[in-house]
Amino acid sequence: MAVEVRVTATLQRMVGGRSVTAEGSTVGEILDSLDSRYQGFKEQVADNGQLRRFVNIFLNDEDIRFLKDLSTPVKDGDVVSILPAMSGGC
Amino acid sequence: MYKIEKRYVDEMVAHAVAEKPNECCGILAGVDGRIAKLYRTTNIEASPYRYNVHPKELLQILDEIDDNEWQFSGIYHSHTFSEAYPSPTDVSLAFWPEALYFLVSLADSHNPVVRAFHIVDGKVTEEQLQVSE
Repeated sequence: MAVEVRVTATLQRMVGGRSVTAEGSTVGEILDSLDSRYQGFKEQVADNGQLRRFVNIFLNDEDIRFLKDLSTPVKDGDVVSILPAMSGGC
Repeated sequence: MYKIEKRYVDEMVAHAVAEKPNECCGILAGVDGRIAKLYRTTNIEASPYRYNVHPKELLQILDEIDDNEWQFSGIYHSHTFSEAYPSPTDVSLAFWPEALYFLVSLADSHNPVVRAFHIVDGKVTEEQLQVSE
């Protein structure tokens, strides 16, 4: 399955653009695919198979934490958006 | 030096006052060296001590910025009781190195302060603001 992956910030610098196409049948496989092309990609997003706390991934407009996390299936034409949290505090 | 129209500074302060005592947060989109749009966002922490932009709002705003061919330019949030300077928490959670981080302080309620900073790899550098009418 070919999906469009939209990235920002550090990942955008890593892949050299705002979006990249990747193959896989789940979000986790998409990350593996990108990691094979861009070393260290997956580590930015997941740790020990779990999505990092301050990273959000959307499949189209659904947060994958409310789907099946990294096991969430994807299909041709889907858009996966990876966003770091925008947060802080005094 | 970052040029910003006074109305956007006033809008950030107004948002901070409206959310007080909780921290407010928002996003600035830019085009051709000026601000195109200020987005007030929902602080899902609803806390005087933390902010966290609602992830789905963030996604929608970034899509709108892309659709308009604007640039993602800045992030603002308020410090209700402390100075307009990035806290250790702000620095440790600064995952957007391309953005200018605006801090609004309401510590002196009669004299709100707005300052802006680059936060890259844990290093904080102030950007002077040139406010115009």
